[in-house]
Amino acid sequence: MNWLLEPLTYQFMQRGLLASVIVGVLCAVMGTYVVLRGMAFLGDAMAHAILPGVAVVYLFGGNLLLGAGVAAIAVALGIGFFSKQGDIKEDTAIGILFAAALALGIALISAMQTYAVDLSHILFGNVLSVSASDLWLIAGLSFLILLTVAIFYKQFLVASFDPALASTLRLPTELLRNLMLILLALTVVVSLQTVGVSLVAAMLVTPAATAYLLARRLLPMMLISAALGALSSVIGLYLSYYLNIVSGSAIVLTATFLFLLGFLWKRAKSL
Amino acid sequence: MTHTPHRLDVQNIRLGYGSKIILDDLNFQIPHGARVAVVGPNGAGKSTLFKALVGLLPIQAGKILIHGEALGAHKDCVAYIPQREAVDWRFPVTVEDVVMMGRYGQSGWLSRPSKRDREIVAASLQKMEITNLASRSIGQLSGGQQQRVFLARAIAQEPHILLMDEPFTGVDVAMQEATLKLLDQLQDQEVTMLISTHDLNLAASRFDLILLLNHRLIAYGAPQQVFTKENLIQAFGRSLLVMENGLLLVDDCCASDAEHSRSAEAQ
Repeated sequence: MNWLLEPLTYQFMQRGLLASVIVGVLCAVMGTYVVLRGMAFLGDAMAHAILPGVAVVYLFGGNLLLGAGVAAIAVALGIGFFSKQGDIKEDTAIGILFAAALALGIALISAMQTYAVDLSHILFGNVLSVSASDLWLIAGLSFLILLTVAIFYKQFLVASFDPALASTLRLPTELLRNLMLILLALTVVVSLQTVGVSLVAAMLVTPAATAYLLARRLLPMMLISAALGALSSVIGLYLSYYLNIVSGSAIVLTATFLFLLGFLWKRAKSL
Repeated sequence: MTHTPHRLDVQNIRLGYGSKIILDDLNFQIPHGARVAVVGPNGAGKSTLFKALVGLLPIQAGKILIHGEALGAHKDCVAYIPQREAVDWRFPVTVEDVVMMGRYGQSGWLSRPSKRDREIVAASLQKMEITNLASRSIGQLSGGQQQRVFLARAIAQEPHILLMDEPFTGVDVAMQEATLKLLDQLQDQEVTMLISTHDLNLAASRFDLILLLNHRLIAYGAPQQVFTKENLIQAFGRSLLVMENGLLLVDDCCASDAEHSRSAEAQ
């Protein structure tokens, strides 16, 4: 048992573990909608889109999560704006804004002295740098996002499964869509420190995809996904500690391994 | 719930995606409780019209009035049964979940289904004879069963106006008759119905009115008034084959529908 407890004697590991589990659960729950609504590309784009916001904070100071949040929401609304009239397809709008934001972010970061180190932390996360106040912010924001998902469960279900029905029931489909984008943006921002910009998409998609294979209804899918997200975070962080590899990578690789297990189990069952 | 006047009133509407106009200057009135077949070649704008009627597609010009009030003024009036291809059958929901969605308009934003909602869902399942499938995943259903689920959901919505997109395409005769039987029942309850179909025979024999479209209104009225040689030539153009004995054949089956793929992209 000692090998389980030993890492937890360090306070930064305790905080890192808590933060990873919270983010793992949050990404996994939001991920069910990402998978079901086919928003994987959007999630990835949004993660990269927060780069300019992060860079500005690094350069001029300010709150990291706030800077990232502003950038993410700006890009989310920008995508909605360009694709709304149907002149440009949504994935085209995403592609344009995603690349532009990424380029702007890297341009800003490349002006910094500690370019390589900072960029790698932003891209791949640095879970051991989570401070006590960061942890509170991560926990608080995650709670608010999950609460919103719970409150609008019915509405998001209909809007995701059958937009035509949502429209005939006079649900505010546009508002729900924008709310979903904002929740996704906030999720990406919250995940920034633990898994980083490049790997958020994996945490959004992989546990939810595994749960999709195993569940027959939405709520069980969310719960299974959340459990897998938490499990991946815990196992990943221990792997990261003992093998001395980047935590974000270890977490994502664990989630991928769990997906492969789920996939093979499903295949074996249907034979 | 009573409304006057009882009708669906479409006034000079223009519909399209961006600058691409699909239907223009469309103008017709449907009396309360009528059963209307929406007929036209692939890409004529049938699905586009339905999307506008359910509020999925903004109207570029003109007005749609239901019971004399603007579209959107009513909460629970229109039920829409999508084409089967338009549904994500791998979505993790059960048959009962789907039918319960029909009640979401009536129940409050945050409330859980009431006892009455559950009773109505049970009755709707019963009516479509799929009570035994209630806890089945929708992905495990046959084509006919899938159709029944969405019919059950439409019943659960208790609509005044029912829109169905190609319910007779790709189903067997038994399902076709079951659907028509349900339509008869709904007509007894004075539900107004707009149903798109490629089956001109069915349209002529089992519907009160025909709405013939091809990017505009070609003709609207009783089947014998609408299905004239001139109208059909205008609507179907070169897909219409005029036989020597005066028989008309429409070669319009099963082509991949450009309109559907386009509208799917626009969502």
